[in-house]
Amino acid sequence: MSTNETLFDASELTVSMGPQHPSTHGVLQVKLKLDGERVIDAECVIGYLHRGVEKLGEHQTYGQFVPTLDRMDYIAAVSNCLGFCEAIEKMLGITAPPRAQYIRVLMTELNRITSHLLWLGTHALDIGAMTVFLYAFREREEILKIFENYCGARLTTHMFRIGGTQYELYDGFEDQVRTFIKDFPKKVDEYETLLTQNRIWIGRTRGVGAITAKAAIDIGLTGPALRGSGVNWDIRKAKPYAVYSDFDFDIPTGSMGDTYDRYMVRMEEMRQSARIVSQAVEKIPAGPLMAKLSKIIKPPVGDIYHSIESPKGELGYYIVSDGSTMAYRARVRPPSFVNLQALRQMVAGHMVADVVAIIGTLDIVLGEIDR
Amino acid sequence: MEYAIDYVLIPLIKIGVVFGALSGVIAYLTLLERKVIAFMQVRLGPMRVGPHGLLQPIADGLKLMLKEDIVPARADRWIFTLAPVITLVPAFIVFAVIPFGPTIHIPAIHILGAAIPARDIGLFITDINIGALYVMAISSIGILGIILGGWASNSKYPLLGALRSAAQMVSYEVALGFSIMGVLMMAGTLSLVGIVEAQRDSGYWYVFLQPLGFILFFICGVAETNRAPFDLPEAESELVAGFHTEYSGFRFSLFFLAEYAAMIVISSMAVTLFWGGWLRPFPNVAALAFLGIIPGIGWFALKVLVFLYAYLWFRASWPRYRYDQLMKVGWQILMPLAIANLIVTAILVLVFGGAK
Amino acid sequence: MAEENNNPKDESTAPPKPAAAIPPPPPKPAAPAAPPKPKGPLPEPWTSPLVDALNEKFGAEIVKSYSFIGQNQIVIKKARLVEIMTFLRDINIGQFTYLADETAVHWPKDEEFELVYILYSFERNEYLRIKTRTKEWEAVESVVGVWGTANWLEREAYDMFGVKFAGHPDLRRILLPDDWVGFPLRKDYDLRLQDVEWVRKHLGIDSGQKYYVGEARHESPDYITPTD
Repeated sequence: MSTNETLFDASELTVSMGPQHPSTHGVLQVKLKLDGERVIDAECVIGYLHRGVEKLGEHQTYGQFVPTLDRMDYIAAVSNCLGFCEAIEKMLGITAPPRAQYIRVLMTELNRITSHLLWLGTHALDIGAMTVFLYAFREREEILKIFENYCGARLTTHMFRIGGTQYELYDGFEDQVRTFIKDFPKKVDEYETLLTQNRIWIGRTRGVGAITAKAAIDIGLTGPALRGSGVNWDIRKAKPYAVYSDFDFDIPTGSMGDTYDRYMVRMEEMRQSARIVSQAVEKIPAGPLMAKLSKIIKPPVGDIYHSIESPKGELGYYIVSDGSTMAYRARVRPPSFVNLQALRQMVAGHMVADVVAIIGTLDIVLGEIDR
Repeated sequence: MEYAIDYVLIPLIKIGVVFGALSGVIAYLTLLERKVIAFMQVRLGPMRVGPHGLLQPIADGLKLMLKEDIVPARADRWIFTLAPVITLVPAFIVFAVIPFGPTIHIPAIHILGAAIPARDIGLFITDINIGALYVMAISSIGILGIILGGWASNSKYPLLGALRSAAQMVSYEVALGFSIMGVLMMAGTLSLVGIVEAQRDSGYWYVFLQPLGFILFFICGVAETNRAPFDLPEAESELVAGFHTEYSGFRFSLFFLAEYAAMIVISSMAVTLFWGGWLRPFPNVAALAFLGIIPGIGWFALKVLVFLYAYLWFRASWPRYRYDQLMKVGWQILMPLAIANLIVTAILVLVFGGAK
Repeated sequence: MAEENNNPKDESTAPPKPAAAIPPPPPKPAAPAAPPKPKGPLPEPWTSPLVDALNEKFGAEIVKSYSFIGQNQIVIKKARLVEIMTFLRDINIGQFTYLADETAVHWPKDEEFELVYILYSFERNEYLRIKTRTKEWEAVESVVGVWGTANWLEREAYDMFGVKFAGHPDLRRILLPDDWVGFPLRKDYDLRLQDVEWVRKHLGIDSGQKYYVGEARHESPDYITPTD
């Protein structure tokens, strides 16, 4: 601004949100171009958490690489593990034994609930409803206790191995899971009473960040963000992996593709995940935990792409193998990275206060975006 | 001598008591807020400083007073220091007219041989015949302090935040004023003591006669004080962190105290205007006369506490309005409702006459 | 000790047999060279109406189509990339409206980048992989016009490899700082390499690294090789 202009002469204001935020979401910088209160354009600056995971994949053996992947989407670490182990198992042509598959599905769905609870807490907190954050974390604490009892870690769990799972279920596992799942749908109803019919919540989320199904597919949105726009696509149903085809669950979709619909989709997904867990915990078969495979994992020469439905969207692994113990190229297709691209079109024309709501509704994890 | 006692000594004592009590209440209101919100959020709140955190306000007060005194580089030093004072002082001096209890009779006191005759003392610092107008006018001055605070910080974002806060407060002032007019018409007087006595004489708290007026008053009151769900201008997840961004230490504590004092003002006004001030519940029902054991001042305190609890409850439960929605609610919903309430009340008063 | 570990099957250091007590067994005839066992799945040729349609329209550009572990892939030449992609997106036996991933693989021996596009069709619930190769110094057409997803995916490929995308609206670094020099995922960029100038300028420290661009030091002395 020149010295003769005052603050009120400038028609456009460029404001930088972040990279340090009072609200969570990690180190993301959003450069907003404002016209008064309205956002004209938004540019995301990412890379503050880039750790070179894909480069590490080329220098670590497949077994060593699995815990590195936990650190990507640290909130849904179990899904990262599952996707990669399945990709390598596909290349090796082996399947994990049924017991391991059931444990995998059970843990992955519990992790989906954890991830959505964290999303709910932080999203509500950004919009001002502080209490939901604490209620969601109360439930999340129960699941993290289960994780800790099972594998020793709460967040970056490294639960599965290539070929199955390593740890046997501990005594009292089924009871602990059953106790949790019995009460969980009521807890989701409790969160809903605080938010779903609240006129302030509706005012802050209806019509905010709407995106049509066509635009969503074009920009590559996946996961609950895509389902909120009405596209009924979930990899667990479209291309079932692990033993998802054995379970009975529905895929919720929205209609208008705005923040409110995405919120309803995720709430319903939590209930459906609880449904899967309650079925899984009854059906775990007896048997071995690991498939027979050599200690040294050397997949055949070639490449594979395997994707799973992580809580954030389609998490894909593209592995190129040159026959050695380390991958030639270990590419991770991060759902949050592609979802964040949609931010630009979603915030255009909205107010500054909506930007935080839209970032929250996309449910991004910077660890996954930056890898 | 009588003059000195009646017009100098007793008011000074009253001012001292009110000021002291108010400061204590404000300090412990901060603790109450943290505790109540914590309990609603399934946690305990401050527990370490003193038993169950009871000494927390003292710790907080000391901390704020002893912090480094930072003034932004090119800020206007005088106004920077003056702004929080301008916000705080009106919030305190409003309490000069609020009646805390009925008139009590002090018997004669004999000290050192001299006798101080018995007298009746009203439990208020003063009762001016334009009490309600005084409250509305003085609380508007506080808005000036906010604007000056944002201006004096010499920084884009606090200024914008201050202007937004001020615009919000001014908008809701209008609706606030309209909402109490029904009460004023029914009581026939602006004096706050007169309003409470009118409620006693009519036998009903005005909240039963003016329910809409009360609801509007309280909603506008919450918006006036920049509290949830109308606290966007000072929300943490906003770019503009509000007018008090650049303030730290003692000056910040003054803004902070002013906010809580304003909360108590609105609660006290709501109690006085609508909920019978120091009257017991159902003053017209003789069967409940046993409730008279609790003195008027006790009822007043209890009712104010209920409203303060409501303030905290709102903060814990609801998300916050976006700024444009906030202004829309104020101008497009609350003000027409307040005017409608005024017209209906005016017609009813005219038709039925009297203090009903 | 170390020698034995390195050469477990080498019996040249075994002590010589004692002489003459037992007549040595007759030398075994040399075993006929057994056909090498296939080490796992192999690519199989893949035909489909889609491949036929592609061959018909873009015959020269379609190099081969095959299927590996059940995943269909088509290798094409980069010449008419955008046309082929648009064709795949729009034709009714394709309908690949969704670009799942776009990435690059570095083949330093051929001095080429292999660009991999993973497409998905909602209507037909089918994945397809398109691969094409480009020399390191040559640009390849950007598919941003076909799928908006490609915007950031191509920026990342540029950031990590240095692949030039012609026609990209905003081709600049995305994960690394804008003034970083070097493309980390290339095979000649060491794992622990840093842009020393950048570090000195922005962080004010001397990184003290020992590796430089162009020297892939996979077996550097202080790099801990995982034991097999």
